[in-house]
Amino acid sequence: MLDIFGLFSKKSPSKDVAKDRLKLVLIHDRVNCSTQLLEMLKVDIIRVISNYMEIDEEELDIQISQATSEINGSVPMLCANIPIKSMRKIQ
Amino acid sequence: MGEVIVITSGKGGVGKTTTSANVGTGLAVLGYKVVMIDADIGLRNLDVILGLENRIVYDIVDVVDGNCRVRQALIKDKRCQNLYLLPAAQTKDKSAVNPEQMLKLCSQLKEDFDYILIDCPAGIEQGFKNATAGADRAIVVTTPEVSAVRDADRIIGLLEAEGISNPLLVLNRIKIDMVNRGDMMSLDDVTEVLAIDVLGIVPDDEAIVISANKGEPVVFDEVAKAGQAYRDIALRITGKEVPLMNLEEAKGMFSKIKKIFGKGS
Repeated sequence: MLDIFGLFSKKSPSKDVAKDRLKLVLIHDRVNCSTQLLEMLKVDIIRVISNYMEIDEEELDIQISQATSEINGSVPMLCANIPIKSMRKIQ
Repeated sequence: MGEVIVITSGKGGVGKTTTSANVGTGLAVLGYKVVMIDADIGLRNLDVILGLENRIVYDIVDVVDGNCRVRQALIKDKRCQNLYLLPAAQTKDKSAVNPEQMLKLCSQLKEDFDYILIDCPAGIEQGFKNATAGADRAIVVTTPEVSAVRDADRIIGLLEAEGISNPLLVLNRIKIDMVNRGDMMSLDDVTEVLAIDVLGIVPDDEAIVISANKGEPVVFDEVAKAGQAYRDIALRITGKEVPLMNLEEAKGMFSKIKKIFGKGS
């Protein structure tokens, strides 16, 4: 029984869990972007894109993550996954 | 012309006051003329850590209000000739001093002292703004815990906004046994998360509690690891290059014997 726990803890020491959680939290802290603001952005993006294509609003996913830039090193990045259902006909 | 260094952390209870007391005393032992300002108005503590609580007549609020001259409020340390404390007021609140008054006080003290250390209150509100107003450099104290590191990151950002760039990190209360087990973030882990240069590391040490009990900074303790850690930090502030201490050595004879016989136990 002890060995099982031992093996488990070796796979991911709690300090690594702490570090990973911190990195994610700090991305959000540094951008200073609230969930409310993100929600407003989402509504606006849906409105604009809906002019051109029909999108799956349920599956739409917008979040802030981290990207590595050659010039600035690690930078926050806005990621949006927007599934398209169909294109609208534009006259 | 002296240098004003603010000791800050964001989170409370990570060792700002202990760091202020020991770094200040450490610099004074090296021969520099040092004054420590307790900017934690309403929650005065630096005086008890230094064992000077019975000598307070005037405080920082009396100085900025003009009730006394700076010289009258400064308390001379018991052990060091060239070490002084400007205590916080205990009965006022953070709004009793404003940033302009702090800046004026700092520039006044700069003329007479080599180092002016400011013990910043916890938090990011008015008390923080006051404490950092006159600072040239900043020391950010944190412990290897998620909450403390998160707050330290916030403080680094706020310091930059206040025009104090390149703060230096003191990683406090490191439990080397836990680090070795992978249950506590190491210095490398913390610096991977925070973009900051390192000033020093301080091990978790019972001697800190004992020294606080007695009102004698641990920096005078020749045996304690934490005392050595603070002496090293003081030297680095003066520009000397001192390698980071090896916390492993802090282990006792028993652990060494255990090591020889393998990690069986």
